[in-house]
Amino acid sequence: MDLINDWGLTVTVFLPLVGALLIGLVPKANEMAAKSIALVISVLTFLLSAVLAARFDFGRSDQYQFSVDTTWIESIGARYHVGLDGISLPMLLLSTFIVVLCVIYSWNHWEEPRNPKGFLLLMLILATGMNGTFVALDLVLFFIFFELVLLPMYFLIGIWGDKTPRRIPGFARESETRLYAAIKFFLFTLFGSAFMLLGFLSLYFKSGEAGAKTFDIPALTELASTNPGLFAGRYGWLVFGALFLGFAVKVPMWPLHTWLPDAHTAAPTVGSVLLAAILLKLGSYGFIRIALPILPEPAHTWAPAIGVLAVIGIIYGSLACLAQTDMKRLIAFSSVGHMGFVMLGIATLTEVGINAAIIGMVAHGLITGLLFFLAGSMAHRYHTRDMSRLGGNQKLIPILGGILGFTVMASLGLPGLAGFWGEFMSLLGSYNPLESLSTDLFRVLMVFGAIGTVLTAGYMLWMLQRVNLGEPSEEWLGHEFHDVDRYELAAWLPLIILIVAVGVYPHLVLGATSDAVTTLVDNAFGPGSAVQAVLGG
Amino acid sequence: MSYQIDYLALAPELVIIATLIGVLILDLFLPRNQKYWTAVLSVIGVSLAAVPLVLLAVDGTTRSMFDGSYVVDTFALVLKGLFLVAGYLVLLMSVSYIESDRYYQGEYYFLLLSSILGSLVMASSRDLIVLFIGLELTTAPLFLLAGFRKGDAKSNEASLKYYILGVLSTALLLFGMSLLFGLTGEVQFDAVREKVAALGDSPALGVAVLLMLVGFGFKVSSVPFHFWAPDTYEGAPTPVTAYLSVNSKAAGFVAMLIVLYRAVPDAANYWAPALWLMAAFSMTWGNLSALRQRNIVRLLAYSSIAQAGFMMVPFASAAVAGADLTEAFSATVIYLAIYAVMNLGAFAVVIAVARKTGTGEIDGWAGLGSYSPRLGVLATAFFFSLAGIPPLAGWFAKFVMFRSVIIAGGVATVVLAVIAAVNTVIALYYYARITKAVWLDPAPAEAAGDRDARTSGSLRLALGISAVLTLVVGIFPAIVTVFGDASKVLGAAG
Repeated sequence: MDLINDWGLTVTVFLPLVGALLIGLVPKANEMAAKSIALVISVLTFLLSAVLAARFDFGRSDQYQFSVDTTWIESIGARYHVGLDGISLPMLLLSTFIVVLCVIYSWNHWEEPRNPKGFLLLMLILATGMNGTFVALDLVLFFIFFELVLLPMYFLIGIWGDKTPRRIPGFARESETRLYAAIKFFLFTLFGSAFMLLGFLSLYFKSGEAGAKTFDIPALTELASTNPGLFAGRYGWLVFGALFLGFAVKVPMWPLHTWLPDAHTAAPTVGSVLLAAILLKLGSYGFIRIALPILPEPAHTWAPAIGVLAVIGIIYGSLACLAQTDMKRLIAFSSVGHMGFVMLGIATLTEVGINAAIIGMVAHGLITGLLFFLAGSMAHRYHTRDMSRLGGNQKLIPILGGILGFTVMASLGLPGLAGFWGEFMSLLGSYNPLESLSTDLFRVLMVFGAIGTVLTAGYMLWMLQRVNLGEPSEEWLGHEFHDVDRYELAAWLPLIILIVAVGVYPHLVLGATSDAVTTLVDNAFGPGSAVQAVLGG
Repeated sequence: MSYQIDYLALAPELVIIATLIGVLILDLFLPRNQKYWTAVLSVIGVSLAAVPLVLLAVDGTTRSMFDGSYVVDTFALVLKGLFLVAGYLVLLMSVSYIESDRYYQGEYYFLLLSSILGSLVMASSRDLIVLFIGLELTTAPLFLLAGFRKGDAKSNEASLKYYILGVLSTALLLFGMSLLFGLTGEVQFDAVREKVAALGDSPALGVAVLLMLVGFGFKVSSVPFHFWAPDTYEGAPTPVTAYLSVNSKAAGFVAMLIVLYRAVPDAANYWAPALWLMAAFSMTWGNLSALRQRNIVRLLAYSSIAQAGFMMVPFASAAVAGADLTEAFSATVIYLAIYAVMNLGAFAVVIAVARKTGTGEIDGWAGLGSYSPRLGVLATAFFFSLAGIPPLAGWFAKFVMFRSVIIAGGVATVVLAVIAAVNTVIALYYYARITKAVWLDPAPAEAAGDRDARTSGSLRLALGISAVLTLVVGIFPAIVTVFGDASKVLGAAG
């Protein structure tokens, strides 16, 4: 059974890539073959990650398990190092799981210009990038996987995206929404990651001052706690700033979020789902995995700024939602708000806050993923996403309307459903941030965050009211709408079940994460840590 | 003084000389419709030249000739390998291109082989005179090759511009070298360096170094000495353009770096700030101009100007910060090697696509992915590799570039790193624009070219080799670090 220990993670990461190659060999006309390969590969990948989870030793969730550490690019000190701990496990499962659902949903939902072969091929490459990012324990490897998701997503948005012409401010000609959104997504992310790479490199050379130079994330974390002051001061501040740019664009944090509404609105349904459910998490995961533990002292300096930006994001996202007419765009802006709660949790630098961030990430992945599925299916039926034309959906398509009502409740943070825990714990965390942080500031942030939850409830219910309730407009009289089909149901039911399960029993996620988070926080910010040493505590 | 000649060490050069003479003679006796045999002979010759190279590499000893002016060490060997592989790819690209338009085939291959010979000589040169001869032998045949489409006014313009500015740069380079010789009385790099170190600070030295830098600046088409490049690139036959943007640029780069690194590192206070400015302006100006291009070859011209800027970054930052130049040198050579492969791949795609679309405009590439998916995938791979997107080879080039900047440290270098980072993003925009045309735009109903045109076998081979290298190097970059390690030999020897 050592096979699983040694190869499990590697196969989970690269199996989708093999699937992509296989799909590449299938003739374009044979759609069934491409779909079957994608389904089999994604299910196998998910099962493998489930086996890993089953064999995961939750008693040692703060340690990396199933680790592989071999040479890769010797001359620059980059190694192939992957491993799974309590923080990455839920993210990896989320990623492999959502990909399966996306393949199922795609089965008979194709946006123009169809071409399932190309679509599924790109999706599987994307899966490799996402899975890889969550298990990579080497900065260079992390960077490669982090960037690997760009190309497929660029093409998913650019080829299958929204084809309505749109006037872009500052450009003379009209261009199709998809073209603008795709390149904007690409440029923003690349901008951030160029600086992130600079940050990684400077960590590598700085680590040489206290031993061997290394890109290894656990080794750097270890260094940070044994050598307080090594990654501190102005140097640390700058490096954290560089990493911040890379991760914050991806999250996205206000004011670097502007690519997100465009990308989400233009992307095909499955693209939006993957973007919301997983791609955004790469950024917040980067903060938790890399920025906080390796740079605790600068994180401490940056935390108030991150907190403030996060809360601005919450309020701004909510207000922007109230101004939307396009349903998908509204959901996109709601992501800015929800990810604001995640970042607020991280900014508190406490166990509660970081646990809140992780459960918030999982919940947002499930809920907003489902919302985008629903919005996509509605647009598929009504051929519009304009909320002023929708209405009475509950009467026209009752089952879909019911699911939408449920998901909206989950999204606004109804207790008992998954969305509640992230928001609640994040606010709880900011009531009591890390001792040395300004309690006053974070309590003010907490108040604004709480106002944000009210606004969230406001725009979500408002959307529900406009879309779902009331009488259908005359436009739809005499139209027959088919209700949820079995592919949709197969893709959505698991999400609904999980939203309830995590809501009722958050231990599903927190059970895995809490030990890992405790160790992380203790090493980075606890007594005897770098921060305490610098602060003289 | 011993003038014993080590024939094995010279074997690659000798094979090329034999081939080019063979091509000339063969050309005399071949009937018009069988001139392609000259191409076959050239390809065979270049392949054969690689054999002694491998033997020398296996042997591994440093062979020094002519009083140390001509050295065959690991550094020279890997560079010769690079020049041969790049030359081989250009030959493959040329075959059907040159044959289809009834060029003077024998002469074409003769000139191209002469240029390759020049770059081989240059890689071994360890004194100013041999370096100069090697560099000029590399570039002089290209004056003719750039104007090879005799009936085309643009090709004539290309040739003339390149010739006039090329001669000017040669004159400046030679002037700088003669000043340096006058100051030191030496031509060999090591001897020059000792004398320069003893000389201390001298304005004449500054003039000499800067004149040489300007001369090299023309050869590598860095801003502000780049004006010839876009017009020449556009007018020249496309395989020649590929050769100009890869081999001749690489030769210029290697020559520049060898001189700066081996001969005048002590005059860094003169050349370092100039190099810093050239790097910053080449990246920024090249990229910003590329944004506006509509013609694919002109776009590649500006992109290669910008890439030249990226290549100068390691050396400029290390020198400005006063850090060890060895790391920077190896970073630049690794960058050059990766750039050579992916840029040649990009040009091969351009040649193949031009036959299908019948136009050089980027708009003409619209919908390429729908009627020729394989070329579409290749175009995507090469252009995104040039942009530095993992897992394609280009990321590693950018990585070593940033890496050497961070090693150097200091404010001026951090500024340069930020400029480079921003430029990476600008560059992505225009590379992505090509892939946008390929995949996201619909194919026009009418095409000027023949969409069913077959890509010739030799071009396929060139595409295949560069594609495989681009992907493999991207996933296992350890392969190209041999270039970096070999570069350190040059430093250790001095």
